[in-house]
Amino acid sequence: MIPVSYFFGLSLILFTLGIIAFFVKRDLITMFMAVEVMLNAANLAFISLAKATNSLTGQVIVFFVITVAAAEAAIGLAIILLVFRQKKTIKTEEFRLMKG
Amino acid sequence: MTESFWLIPFIPGASAFVLAVFGRWLPKKWVSIQACLSVFASFVISVVALFDLLKLNYESLPLVKTLFTWIVSGSFSANLSLQLDPLSSIMALVVTGVGFLIHVYSVGYMGHDKGYTRYFAYLNLFTFAMLILVMASNIVLMFVGWEGVGLCSYLLIGFWFEKHSAASAGKKAFIVNRIGDAAFILGVFFLIVHVGSGEFRAINEAVHSGHIGAGLVTLIAILLFIGATGKSAQIPLYVWLPDAMEGPTPVSALIHAATMVTAGVYMVSRMNVLYTLSGEAAQIVAVVGALTAIYAATMALTQNDIKRVLAYSTISQIGYMFIGCGVGAYAAGMFHLYTHAFFKSLLFLAAGSVMHALSGELDMRKMGGLRKHLPLTYPTFLVGAIAIAGVPFLSGFFSKDAILTQAFARGQYFVWVLGIMGAVLTAFYMFRLIFLTFHGEERIEPEAKKHLHESPRVMTVPLVILAFFSVVAGYIGLPVVFGEKANLFNRFLEPVIKPGHEAHLNIGTEWTLIFISVAVALCGIYIAYVFYLKSPLLPHNLVRRFPGAYKLLYHKYYIDEVYNAAFVNPMVKGSEAVYTHFDLKVIDGTINGTAEATGLAGRVLSLFQSGLVKDYALALLLGVVIFLGYLLF
Repeated sequence: MIPVSYFFGLSLILFTLGIIAFFVKRDLITMFMAVEVMLNAANLAFISLAKATNSLTGQVIVFFVITVAAAEAAIGLAIILLVFRQKKTIKTEEFRLMKG
Repeated sequence: MTESFWLIPFIPGASAFVLAVFGRWLPKKWVSIQACLSVFASFVISVVALFDLLKLNYESLPLVKTLFTWIVSGSFSANLSLQLDPLSSIMALVVTGVGFLIHVYSVGYMGHDKGYTRYFAYLNLFTFAMLILVMASNIVLMFVGWEGVGLCSYLLIGFWFEKHSAASAGKKAFIVNRIGDAAFILGVFFLIVHVGSGEFRAINEAVHSGHIGAGLVTLIAILLFIGATGKSAQIPLYVWLPDAMEGPTPVSALIHAATMVTAGVYMVSRMNVLYTLSGEAAQIVAVVGALTAIYAATMALTQNDIKRVLAYSTISQIGYMFIGCGVGAYAAGMFHLYTHAFFKSLLFLAAGSVMHALSGELDMRKMGGLRKHLPLTYPTFLVGAIAIAGVPFLSGFFSKDAILTQAFARGQYFVWVLGIMGAVLTAFYMFRLIFLTFHGEERIEPEAKKHLHESPRVMTVPLVILAFFSVVAGYIGLPVVFGEKANLFNRFLEPVIKPGHEAHLNIGTEWTLIFISVAVALCGIYIAYVFYLKSPLLPHNLVRRFPGAYKLLYHKYYIDEVYNAAFVNPMVKGSEAVYTHFDLKVIDGTINGTAEATGLAGRVLSLFQSGLVKDYALALLLGVVIFLGYLLF
């Protein structure tokens, strides 16, 4: 039996990697993947806690997160595609339309 | 037919509405026909109503037609209701009859004006408001008409508003009238509070039965009379009327001579119970009337503008009407109102015809010798002048004589003397006008002379009709020397104006008074003849002998200057001070300050808005870290 703290440790590492990737990378697709990593890190934490406490709640939440992530992926990729068509680039520093 | 008398005001009203809303799509011919016919229809109904009225017995008067309840507030209610009695019937006849002729005349006079439709919309609206004023059965509705005619007067004086003088004359008329109206509405409030109703019948009963104290009656009567001095151009609020001549001439004839300015006389006659009961108020009316009559007449002596002479003459003649009302001879005042409407509108329209012939020239020094060029205008003008001067057998003679005789009979000798002096001046300035305009050598500008022509038929026919009435209108109010029952006019008005204690003079005195007024009229005409035809140098010598007096009269006693210095300029200066010190600094400062503070805050905050997704994500992350840190530690 692997202790829960190991799963939590892995989850934390994944989440931190996600954050770092999000800030370090410049193109939208990689940043998008970083967000997915963070979501799955959270999923791992939920599912391990659900297994340890023998409750279904954590598993249910994981299903919700997977659904939302799927929807987000679809819409996010569509947006990125459109942005690329308009600007011929997906580098974030090229987009400063909201500068005050 | 009597039942439908309520239609009298509403036909011109409906026509005004149609012209105002749909006028721009209507052809010019249609506009002329509709405007004139609507007033003519009212005139026909008024005539029929008059004959019905003559058949009815006094007890059933007045006929009241309530259209609907207009204001209800607690125990007070005011109806939109019209009444028909001898007084309102006479006024309706004058307004629609003279009004119709002036509408017809306007078709010719205003023919080339680009505001033709607008003009007739205003004119019809005026007729509507004036008829509401004279036919209202309560004082609240009467006030609506009272204000309505004031509005139309403003609109029509400023009709050529692109001319600065016309726009400011309209403004002056409106503001001066407001001062009088403020007093008038106070009087109305007092009446409503103490009578509990605005209906004239209720007011009459309440005053008769003594429910209202004598002091209060005097107060109300004086307040209402102040309103009348504004509307009817009496001292001290007459200053707007001479300036009102900036409007088109038919407007001067209809509004500023025949109808609207006599509204004050009508109002005093309508409220005669108040003035009969309050000797003080009546005395004030009589003295103000007499002073105005002679004061305005002196100002008319030196004016060179043909319309201004007539304007001062109007002020003076309305003064006579108020003498009549003030001495208690309301019927005589109303009689003068009725005859004056004919000859004064005739004079104005004829003056308009002269202007038309001379391409808009107003200065009498640039006229002269027009007699042969204007074969129809000259005799009609002459008839009007003879009528107003008080030469026997024309209408003005009978009505002015009735007023002066009554003033004398009731012991108002001071008023009578002023009236007689005013009569000399009236005859003088009217014939000065005639001689300067139509006789003597021609002093016409060569440019104007090229276009010199008699006016078209549509303008001269109304002149002839009005001239006819200026001659014959007086015969329904013959003086007592022709028999006790000779004055049909007074007998017709008896249901409204109780004869009261008739002041009787013996026949000898009556004849003497008549001879005096004939003598003064002829005397005035003769002086004018000597001055302006026989020895034209005489006026110049007089001016050189008395330069001070001439200048005083020529500048109209400097009253405009005094009013400007005393009331207008302090007001303008005060407004300017408030504008620069309060409006510009405090109000504008507050608003601009708020805007600037908001803008500054925005500019500072926008520094944080880089537009880079990562900055926002970093802020989010920092937020989460701080929040979690707060929660955990």
